[in-house]
Amino acid sequence: MDTVVETRADNLRETLWRPLAGASPGYMVALALTFLLGAWGLGCWTYQIVRGIGVAGIRRPTMWGFYLVNFVFWIGISHAGTLISAILRLTDAGWRKPVTRIAEAITVFALMIGAMFPIIHLGRPLIFFWLVPYPNARLLWPNFRSPLLWDLTAIVTYLSGSIIYLYLPLIPDVAELAQHATGWRGRLYHLLSIGWTGSDRQWHSLERAMHRMAGMILAVAVSVHTVVAWDFAMAVAPLWHSTIFGPYFVAGAIFSGIAALLLAMSIIRKLLHLEAYVLPVHFDNLGKLLFLMSLLWFYFTVSENLTTWYGNSPSEMNVFGSRVRGPFAPYFWVMVVCNFVLPFLLLSSKRVRSVRTVTIASVTVLIGMWLERYLIILPTLSYPRLAAATGFYKPTWVEISITVSTFAAMTMFYLIFCKFFPAIAVWEYKHDSHR
Amino acid sequence: MEHRWGMAIDLDRCTGCEACVAACHAENNLPLSDPAEAEKGRAFHWIRVDRYYEGEFPDIRMKYMPVLCQQCEDAPCEPVCPTYATYHNAEGLNVQVYNRCVGTRYCGNNCPYSVRFFNWFEPQWPEPLELQHNPDVSVRPGGVMEKCTFCIQRIQRGKRDANAEGRPLADGEVQPACVQSCPAEAMTFGDLNDPESQVARLAASGRATRLLEDLGTKPKVFYLQRAK
Repeated sequence: MDTVVETRADNLRETLWRPLAGASPGYMVALALTFLLGAWGLGCWTYQIVRGIGVAGIRRPTMWGFYLVNFVFWIGISHAGTLISAILRLTDAGWRKPVTRIAEAITVFALMIGAMFPIIHLGRPLIFFWLVPYPNARLLWPNFRSPLLWDLTAIVTYLSGSIIYLYLPLIPDVAELAQHATGWRGRLYHLLSIGWTGSDRQWHSLERAMHRMAGMILAVAVSVHTVVAWDFAMAVAPLWHSTIFGPYFVAGAIFSGIAALLLAMSIIRKLLHLEAYVLPVHFDNLGKLLFLMSLLWFYFTVSENLTTWYGNSPSEMNVFGSRVRGPFAPYFWVMVVCNFVLPFLLLSSKRVRSVRTVTIASVTVLIGMWLERYLIILPTLSYPRLAAATGFYKPTWVEISITVSTFAAMTMFYLIFCKFFPAIAVWEYKHDSHR
Repeated sequence: MEHRWGMAIDLDRCTGCEACVAACHAENNLPLSDPAEAEKGRAFHWIRVDRYYEGEFPDIRMKYMPVLCQQCEDAPCEPVCPTYATYHNAEGLNVQVYNRCVGTRYCGNNCPYSVRFFNWFEPQWPEPLELQHNPDVSVRPGGVMEKCTFCIQRIQRGKRDANAEGRPLADGEVQPACVQSCPAEAMTFGDLNDPESQVARLAASGRATRLLEDLGTKPKVFYLQRAK
């Protein structure tokens, strides 16, 4: 019996560790390409810092543009990891094993990218730390009434929390890798394993820590996106000042997070040849969840828009009209198709739902959710209460470059991560076979 | 609270000549924008003249409304600033501390009157215009927000002069540049705390209305017009 377990463990290790050794030419090309794109984005940002934020297309009255659209989008994506993995861990869902680490890594990388955008967006980015809640030389604290301060506090908490949450389940894996790897990699794994020996006591502490972190990170994740929503909802601007925004944003974040997770799963499954681990049933289960979130998103969107339309208040109707039949209408209807119509067609029926259709639906949802954030921010700003101040935003090449480069950066982070750590928690499988 | 500064603008007198706009530019060292930037909505006008049309062409009536910072008592721009760059001073003015501003532009989004202006670049003046800068007003760096101050430099000087002569500040002694230069005498500036001041009497008159009053921002700029 023991030998069977051992061979199974060896098999596991072989399949899941294989991607860590060596790099194919295709991998190197992808890495170089994403690196160059990311570097181009950093170059554009440097240019913007030197010349002034005016190289972006933002203007009066649309003082917020692509940067904050991307900010909300990436913070939304980050909900993939924590929420999905924490819920699955807390409910002890048996099928979670191949999903959790892929999800948790998305969270950390998406947050690293998302948290950069408010800084990129500042007029004087080099003094962004003035928002950090500690008193300055004159003992003046920052303004705790400002939603932006809540935002900074929430995101820093979330980022540190999710790094710990990604790291905890990595410890047994890096400890095992440390036994096999040599050279600087060995030293790195050894350092990261922080003295893990696999004793019963350590396992016990780890499980307890993971369980507690899952509970805490769940609360933090919900509050973070609520606070992001309040950046808008606390303003008196028409259609921003809405009580539904907190839950609407959280639902949207989970929605786009699941889509990002499914897309990452289907790419990793293909490229790392993990078809034996990431199974169609995982896509089916998460596909159902994506469908559920699509319905929830549609429900929220109808609630928000129907009440606005029925209420018929002039300043709100200006913004509403620009969305459903004005200059923003093409984006609005594409969003509805991407977020509701296509997911409905692709996911609602058991016969249609497959790895391929779930992947397609997750791509359309990502497009739709990016548009949703665009449609939340820009129409409101374009139609201020005094009609004489109306004005439209057009992004410049700088904003577009930086936006594109963040998608490249996400891919690059993932490529590097997959070379250092197994994309699936090896110990979780072994643990089960021992039980 | 010694003073509470306010302004009254008589819309029935305003001819839309924009002398106030030009005077404000000269007084407050407003940066000049090239036409391309101005077209992008980046021109600086701490006071602007909005135009409203009534009727159908050619039988049309045009109304002018000079719009400047309304110096709201409950200003939506103030609580949202994370660094206290915009705050309420003891005389009820919304003041902007340029050095504290990091440029989140939240205040600009949350101003229902759209009267906040952002320095998208380092400000520039074609030669020799930088030689005519007002020495009493700081030149703002790139990346910070700015807006009408009710010519706070003139208020300070008026108070200092009166103090030096050991007398109270007289009504009408302090005038912002826009009020001073209005050829139609449509604008009045003064202390709302003094019930005898001209602006307080105009603000209490039946002709006074405030812009977007239903938002509850309690502006200190009063627009005078015929009741319909």
